[in-house]
Amino acid sequence: MLNCREITERASDFIDAALPWHVRLEVRLHLMMCRLCREYVRQLALVVRTLRRLPSPEVAPRVNQELLALFRAERE
Amino acid sequence: MRSETDSDNDGAVLERLLAGDEAAFSALVAAHQGSLLRLALTFVSDRGVAEEVVQETWLGVIKGLKTFEKRASLKTWIFRILVNRARTRGARDGRTLNFSALQGPDGDSADLVERFSAEGRWIQPPSLWQAQDPEDLLLRAETAECLKSAIASLPENQRAVVTLRDLEGIDAQEICNILSISETNQRVLLHRARTKVRAMLEKHLKRG
Repeated sequence: MLNCREITERASDFIDAALPWHVRLEVRLHLMMCRLCREYVRQLALVVRTLRRLPSPEVAPRVNQELLALFRAERE
Repeated sequence: MRSETDSDNDGAVLERLLAGDEAAFSALVAAHQGSLLRLALTFVSDRGVAEEVVQETWLGVIKGLKTFEKRASLKTWIFRILVNRARTRGARDGRTLNFSALQGPDGDSADLVERFSAEGRWIQPPSLWQAQDPEDLLLRAETAECLKSAIASLPENQRAVVTLRDLEGIDAQEICNILSISETNQRVLLHRARTKVRAMLEKHLKRG
């Protein structure tokens, strides 16, 4: 039986569905009984989904002329 | 795994690029420029240097198009070029830490060991969060800043993995290819990075 510490160690792989099926089952059983670990795993998954929303840094929309010139030159 | 659509699309784009289609090249640059800059910034801290690395990457792409072997997706190949340049640049600037130096057993442990009893039960359980989805969390303007600084504080290899995986949404196998790391290593680095980012956000939310 996995304890709470072991659940937190497997939480990232659990979220990614990267655990072997029997470990995944053990995690699920633990989560059914333990609301603290349920909250922990929920929070970790929420963080992961929130990170996905962070915008990448702003960049100048136009392609640098120098790059285009080099692209052109390479093709000749 | 790459989908058929991806590789079909790659094939079409590649054909246009090799034919010298400037619109295709511009579109390719526009599609990846922001992601490349963000990834470069995980290896070099200076924005100007990061922009140079991105520029060098595109030069590498232009020069290498003819020899691109399609073993990986076009995107993975471009990201690999960037990582190689960024690592070289970071090492030259003395910013890159040895990859293995950060992987000692306890060196940068992400474990929450002090929060558990010897039997592995919670002593300091996670504080409850009201937020149900990303929108709730991001309602507070500081959340995004907190997450960004949490990521910035991670060791370089963890930062690179979490950036590719969770910010860019790239799958694990491609990340291994981009960073030249094993699948196990990828999972461990991701686990540590996510654990720390959650813990930092927890602290931040507690402060209110």
